[in-house]
Amino acid sequence: MIWRSKINPIEAEIYQKRLKTLTFFVLIVVGILFVRLWFLQIISGAQYRKKSESNRIDLRDILPVRGMIFDRNGELLVDNRASFALGVIPEDIKNLDGLIDDMGRLIEIDDLSAKKKINEGLRRNPFNSVYIKKGLTRDELARIETNVFHMPGVIIEVEPKRHYIYGPLAAHLIGYLGEIDKEQLNKEVYKENKVGDFVGKFGIEKKWQRYLNGVRGGQQVEVDASGRRLRVLYQKAAEPGFNIYLTINKDLQMLAEHSLENRASAIVAMDPMTGEVLTMASRPSFNPNDFATGMDEKGWKRLVSNLRFPLQNRVISGQYPPGSLFKIVVAIAGLEEGVIDPNEKIFCGGSYSFRGRVYRDWQEEGHGYVDLHRALVESCDVYFYKMGQKIGIDTIARYAKILGFGSKTNLQLGDEKEGLIPNRAWKLRRWHVPWQEGETLSVAVGQSFALVTPIQMVRFVSALFNGGVLFKPQVTKWIENQNKEKIFKFKPNSLRRWSIKKENMELIKKALVGVVNEPHGTGKRAKLHQIRVAGKTGTAQVIALPEERELAREKDVPYKFRDHAWFVAVAPAEKPAIVLAALIEHSGTGGSVAAPIAKKILEYYFETVRPL
Amino acid sequence: MFDRRLINNFDWILLAILIFIGALSVVNLYSATHSIGSMGGGNVYFKQILWYTIGFFILLLMTTFDYHVLDRLAYPLFFISLIFLVAVLKSGKVTYGSQRWLSLGYFSIQPSEMVKISIIIVLAKYFSDLERTENYRLRDLLRPLILIAIPFIMIIYQPDLGTALMLLIISFSIIIFVNVNWKSIVIFLSIAFLSAPFFWITLQEYQKKRIITFLRPDLDPLGAAYHVTQSKIAIGSGLFWGKGFLKGTQTRLHFLPQQHTDFPFSVLAEEWGFVGSAILLLVYLFLILWCLNIAKNSKDKFGTLIVVGIAASVFWHLIINVSMAIGLLPVVGIPLALFSYGGSSVISTMAAMGLVMNISMRRFMFQE
Repeated sequence: MIWRSKINPIEAEIYQKRLKTLTFFVLIVVGILFVRLWFLQIISGAQYRKKSESNRIDLRDILPVRGMIFDRNGELLVDNRASFALGVIPEDIKNLDGLIDDMGRLIEIDDLSAKKKINEGLRRNPFNSVYIKKGLTRDELARIETNVFHMPGVIIEVEPKRHYIYGPLAAHLIGYLGEIDKEQLNKEVYKENKVGDFVGKFGIEKKWQRYLNGVRGGQQVEVDASGRRLRVLYQKAAEPGFNIYLTINKDLQMLAEHSLENRASAIVAMDPMTGEVLTMASRPSFNPNDFATGMDEKGWKRLVSNLRFPLQNRVISGQYPPGSLFKIVVAIAGLEEGVIDPNEKIFCGGSYSFRGRVYRDWQEEGHGYVDLHRALVESCDVYFYKMGQKIGIDTIARYAKILGFGSKTNLQLGDEKEGLIPNRAWKLRRWHVPWQEGETLSVAVGQSFALVTPIQMVRFVSALFNGGVLFKPQVTKWIENQNKEKIFKFKPNSLRRWSIKKENMELIKKALVGVVNEPHGTGKRAKLHQIRVAGKTGTAQVIALPEERELAREKDVPYKFRDHAWFVAVAPAEKPAIVLAALIEHSGTGGSVAAPIAKKILEYYFETVRPL
Repeated sequence: MFDRRLINNFDWILLAILIFIGALSVVNLYSATHSIGSMGGGNVYFKQILWYTIGFFILLLMTTFDYHVLDRLAYPLFFISLIFLVAVLKSGKVTYGSQRWLSLGYFSIQPSEMVKISIIIVLAKYFSDLERTENYRLRDLLRPLILIAIPFIMIIYQPDLGTALMLLIISFSIIIFVNVNWKSIVIFLSIAFLSAPFFWITLQEYQKKRIITFLRPDLDPLGAAYHVTQSKIAIGSGLFWGKGFLKGTQTRLHFLPQQHTDFPFSVLAEEWGFVGSAILLLVYLFLILWCLNIAKNSKDKFGTLIVVGIAASVFWHLIINVSMAIGLLPVVGIPLALFSYGGSSVISTMAAMGLVMNISMRRFMFQE
């Protein structure tokens, strides 16, 4: 074995000296600890002993005030009101069952969950208050308050409660709050939050939770043996959450919701030059105030089991066949690929035979000789059966995807759907059977497999009229902090620019003006006097089988088999300021049901919101 | 060939000190956690017994080879511990918002504890290879500084400020011990300060926040400042004789967070008073002085430096942990080596003590 050489004598001497110094140093430092301990335990020991026996030092939370939500003009939509909560401090309870009985006699509480919560609190931190009931009514408050001294451990805390000033107005966009769940507690976004906190669960409330929440404050309080607060030792104020300014216009939103009445429906309006959403309405609706202090089991079940799905935001998660609106897509594909000659006239006799099957036009007697312009204006089905077949399904699908269908717009408002653009590969993958040529015909007029959402539709028409810029829809204008400084400003965010020929887009736009303004146009009922409106009607069939179609022509078809009515509108056509898409479920044809609603909204918009 | 002198030179006193501290630790942990049985804390003392059992086994293992083989293994060992650190950054388990644990099936290990030992060995090797009778120059310090900087930066990114700082303190204890001139240290410190802002911008927001709360815990009256308030009440209220075993009120009411890792000293001081805390301090003092004595008797530079490094590690853990409990230093989450609960900490400290034992047993090697 090879040994390392011994330490050289000079170094050895240095080391011995150093070790002595080191020993001295260690003794001094440990000595300091001794002195400090002596001070703590002997000299001021009695004081500390008293503190540890009689008083205790608690941590109390100071809840931050959640940020407010405004519309684009600074009109307040959501703020906070004071609310009273019944809480208990588990450590101070003398007799748990007795206390729950006492509380139960005074107000309505859920015995089981109250007991569970208190026991949980006892294990976690017995000095932290546990909420038994939030949002006490005046009456409940009075009853508790007069008896609070007979119930040790019971406290009443004032806390901010979310207040949605206009109730259900824009409820799907704004969203609602709910008690934080276990999964959320582990996420970075909710790191400010604790068990029992109310956080955004849907819509804007969830999307901007991080900013709306604010930062929790707290106090170190000295408390005596009977739970009375003696003094505050330290305090850290809570920081209020940031305010959110939405892009919607409150008045327009109100009118839109009002004109939808209570039909299952959706309306979305967009500024085509920026992608800002001016209105986002979905019906039936709900009242987010019901969630603000915790939804009870019954109320929640009623909402979720409602067959009309009031919690669904139909603008982003309603998927519908596009109906004749899809003809615009087919026309663009045909023109771009050179398959459609805009001047070519095709005869429409009310039906079209293909491979032994008859495909009907919506107008039984047919449209006669039609070119592209008339085919769009009058929404001739036969024209698009022929063209669709010539273009082919895969080309149509390719264009539909470029134009923004079949993918999410990524608004991040919760549960957005992507719709569906079928092609051959999809059919084989999904259904394991090859594509039938006849199916191309149905897709060409927007029936059968194709599905779109209203937000995709409004974005598509906006791009068509702004020169081909596909925007990311935006619902937030800016976020401001408590000092009213804008910390985020959202600029228009264009995803991509279409490479569609300008003359082709002009042809289509002209046709859409015709839809509303020409005598045979299907969208005449959206016509305004002062302003040139462009638009397109659509009627989405709910049932596709021909026999049932016959039936559907008659009145009093069962509600769920009735067609969905679509209408998209742009105004003014030459210098577009607003684009909207309206969809009314199971109500009839687009021209008769959806177009008048669109007209009403446009009228209002140009009269009051943004007069020309 | 087994040398009988190895047995004759076995350091029974060192072993006795370690057993005594281990027993104190287990008894104290029992008291600190017995009232939170329902929270899953009830078996903490039992687990600590398990860690100590493994620890003593590893200690004996560490005495079976001649420590001079470490001379050749120093760099490979250091490199391996760095690989573990990388693994932690890539796939570490996140607790308390930072990743410092590597999960190996049943066990989680904390590679930063391994680094603490391997850096001591590497520095001991470097300085014992480098013979100088005068002060070292800045040039000579370049390599050790790089060696320290690599794990330091990696641990900062976990982010585990406490351990990173500990690594720095231990390394510097060795460097100062080997007689470096002060000018070099001043130059080094200024470089470190100047590079700090550059380093700062590469950190994530949450890492920055942790560093700020680390440096200024008083900014958080609801966190660290609260802990100190409670810890001081616990210690002070112990008076001379203490409140008695299992009678600590602050302890029972869980006012002290992390009382089994960060504040075991407060639990002891509350229940056993000045007498108890003084005994604990004296035992640690004895352990450190005994180590320094072993360092003095070791006949080669390599052995001396390893023991000095390990003694420095125990010393600084003691000073920082106790100081934060009695309110002399900010609460930085440094455990009290051997006394705090924790598998990685107990086992790595016992391994280090095994090395000390090894060096102590082989002091005769040069005596012929």
